[in-house]
Amino acid sequence: MKIEIQETVYEIPTKEQTLLSALIYIRENIDSTLEFNYNCKSGVCGVCSIRVNNQETLLCEYKAQDSDKIEPLLHKKEPQELLKKVQSWLHVNSLKPMGKASEELIEKQSDCILCGSCFSACPVLYVKPSFLGPYALTRVWRYVADIREGDKRGFLERIQKNGIWDCTLCGECTLACPVGIDSKSDILYLRTKSMQAGHFDPTPQPSFGNDFGFNPNF
Amino acid sequence: MYDILIVGSGGAGLSCALEAQKRGQKVAVITQSFPTNAATCMAQGGLNAAIYSDKGDSPSLHTEDTIKGAAGLADKQMVLSMCEGAKEQIEWLDSIGMPFSRNKDRVAQRKFGAASRDRTTYSQDYTGLKLLHTLYDNCLKEEIEFLDDTFVLDLVVEEATCRGVVTLKGREVEVIESSSVVLATGGYAGIYHGFTTNAAESTGDGAAMALRAGAKLSDMEFVQFHPTSLKNSSALVSESARGAGGFLVNENGERFIDELMTRDEVSRAVFLQIQRGGEVFLDIRHLGDEFISKNLPQEKKLIQIHENLNPSCELIPIAPAAHYSMGGIDVDVNLQTSIKSLYAIGECSNVKVHGANRLGGNSLLEIVYFGRAVVSKIEKSSLHVEIKKHETVAQKRIDALLSSNKSDTFFKLRDSLGKELFEKAGIFRNKISLEELVKNIKEISKRFDKLTVSSSSLLVSHLKFKNSLDIAKVVALSALKREESRGAHYRDDFKKLSKEALHSYAGLKNSSLECRISK
Repeated sequence: MKIEIQETVYEIPTKEQTLLSALIYIRENIDSTLEFNYNCKSGVCGVCSIRVNNQETLLCEYKAQDSDKIEPLLHKKEPQELLKKVQSWLHVNSLKPMGKASEELIEKQSDCILCGSCFSACPVLYVKPSFLGPYALTRVWRYVADIREGDKRGFLERIQKNGIWDCTLCGECTLACPVGIDSKSDILYLRTKSMQAGHFDPTPQPSFGNDFGFNPNF
Repeated sequence: MYDILIVGSGGAGLSCALEAQKRGQKVAVITQSFPTNAATCMAQGGLNAAIYSDKGDSPSLHTEDTIKGAAGLADKQMVLSMCEGAKEQIEWLDSIGMPFSRNKDRVAQRKFGAASRDRTTYSQDYTGLKLLHTLYDNCLKEEIEFLDDTFVLDLVVEEATCRGVVTLKGREVEVIESSSVVLATGGYAGIYHGFTTNAAESTGDGAAMALRAGAKLSDMEFVQFHPTSLKNSSALVSESARGAGGFLVNENGERFIDELMTRDEVSRAVFLQIQRGGEVFLDIRHLGDEFISKNLPQEKKLIQIHENLNPSCELIPIAPAAHYSMGGIDVDVNLQTSIKSLYAIGECSNVKVHGANRLGGNSLLEIVYFGRAVVSKIEKSSLHVEIKKHETVAQKRIDALLSSNKSDTFFKLRDSLGKELFEKAGIFRNKISLEELVKNIKEISKRFDKLTVSSSSLLVSHLKFKNSLDIAKVVALSALKREESRGAHYRDDFKKLSKEALHSYAGLKNSSLECRISK
C-alpha cells in the first residue's frame, strides 16, 4: 500500500497496522530522515498528533489505509503560553468536599493529553491567530466546574477577550479530539456561566430595527 | 546557575520542582521533549495510600504488604516512611486539584494485586495522566522554568561531585551549571525493545549517565514483567482489569492461576502456558459492557485498536512484557547517589522500596513521595569546574558522530538487543543464557561503535540506544551474578531463594564494568 507524507509517496507492505507502525517501518527501512514524534504508543503522551486526509488524529490510534495523506498539524502553539494566559489551575481552594457527582462533572475535561489536535482543527485560528483555542478553554471549564475552585469569576474574566465569544461553534474541535472531549460544549457552558456573571456577547448581534441598511444575516 | 536542576519531567521531576520552588530554591526542569510527555501518564492503575483507618487499613499494613512483595530486598525504613507519608500526598494532591475518583464524599479506593486492603486511589482509568497534568498545571502556576527539547548527554562530575549537566539541543552542546542535580529520568525496561510496555523514551538514560560518571547502580537484574500486555503490540492492559475481576484463561478456557497474586508469579504462570505452545487470554466478558465502558474505557479502546476485537464479548490475547525497572541508581537514605550533590528519584533510582518485586500502585506513590522528600535533603556543592572543557569534549564527540554523510542506522541492532534481552534475561534466566547474552551484547556494541549518524534527526535516538546498550550490559551481568531466584529474578538453574537477602551493586572500575553481590 501507499502512504503519502508531505508529497513524498512511500510504498509499504500491506498489513493491518497503526499508522505509527507504518511510519516506523518507513523510517527504519526506507527513509531514515523521516521525522515524526511518538512515545507512549497508547494514546496518552500527546506527542504523535498528526493530520491524515485533512483530519487530526494520533499516529498510534489510527489504522493505516492505502493512499493515506499525512501532514503535520496546522496551527501550533506552545501549551505553556496559552495555559499561562488563561491561568488554568486551582486558584482558591474552597475546601468544599468533592463528591461523586462533582468528580463526574470534570471527568472528561481532565482527560486532555495536550496533543493540540483541536487547536489544529479550529478554523477560527485562520482568521484570528490570537484566539485562545479549544483546549485552553476546556481546561478553564475543567477548573470552573471543579467544586473546589473558590474563584470562578477570575477565570471568566480571562476568557472574554480572544476567548469564548470568538468560537463559531462549528464543532471541528470535538471531531478532532482523540480522547473524546467536547470543547464546543465546554465553551457553551462557559458562555452561560459568563452571562450569569454579568458578561455579555460583544459580537454584533443581528437586529430588526436599526441595522443601518445592511445586515449580512438577512 | 541553579540551586537544583531536575532532569526529567514526569511525576517525580514535577513533584520535586514544586517542592523546591516552595522552599525558595532556584530550580529548572530539563525535559527531552515536552513536560507532559512522560511515562507517568501511562500509569493508569492508581496510587496506594492507607487513608481511612475506619476501613481497617493502616500505614503499617501497607508497609507489611510492600515488604512482603519485595522478597527481602526492601529497606524497611524507606518503605515505612513512604507508607506513613502516603496519606499526606493524597491530601496534598487533592488540595492542588487532582480529580481523584470518589465514593460518596470520600476518595475511592480499590484492591490491587497482593494488597491486603482496598488501598489504591485512582482517577477513573487515567490516574497517571491526571496526576501528571495536575502537577503540570501547578508548575505553570508556580512559574517553574522548563528547558524543553533538551537531551542530557552526561553529568558534569569532578572530584566525585556533581556540578551540572551537559546538554544537547539540536547539534549544539551546552553545559548547564547547578549546585545540585536531581535525576528523575524514568526507568530502563524500554531496552527490551519490542517486548516492553514502556514508552519509546524509557531507555535508562539517567542510570547510564550516572554509571558513566562513576555512580553505583543496584539490583539492576530486577525488571518487572507485566503479565497482561497485548500480544500483538505489547500495549499494556492495566492491572485494574484483573482487580475488577478479570480472569486469565488458556486456550482451553481454563483458569490456571489466582489472578491477583504478585506480578512476577502471574507473569511466570502466563509465560509457562505460552512456552508449552499454548495461548493465554484475559477474559473480562463477564464484567459486562456497561462496566467495561465505564471503568475500563481506555483498555477497551487500546484492545480495539491493537487487537481489533471487542473485550465485552471476545477473549483478549495477552503475553507478559518488560514493564518496570525495580533496580536503578543506588541512593542512600538522603536519596543521594554515590556522587555528591547528585540525587535520584522515581523509577531511575533504587530507593529500595520495591525490592525484588513492585506492587501495583506503589510507583505513583514513590514518585510523589520521594520527589517531594528529596528537596529538604539536598546538599549543594560549591566546587569550581571549567565549564568550557566539558563543553568542548562533548561537542567534539557529537561533531565526530555527525561527520559522515553516509552511514548505517542502529535500528536492526536495537531489534536484536530487545530480542536477546527478552529471551536470555527475561522471565526465566540461567547461566548459559546469560553468559551468551553478555557475549552477544558485546558483539552488538562493537557493531554499534562503528556507526556514525547521517541525519541529525536520528542523533538523540542513536545516543539513547547507546544508553540502552550500557544498561543492558549491567542487567545481564547482575542477573548472572545473582545465583538465586527472588521476586522478578528467576533462575532456572538456581530455583531457590538464598538464605541471606543481598543486593547487587554495579559500577565502573578503570572503565570496565564490575558487579558484586553484598549487603
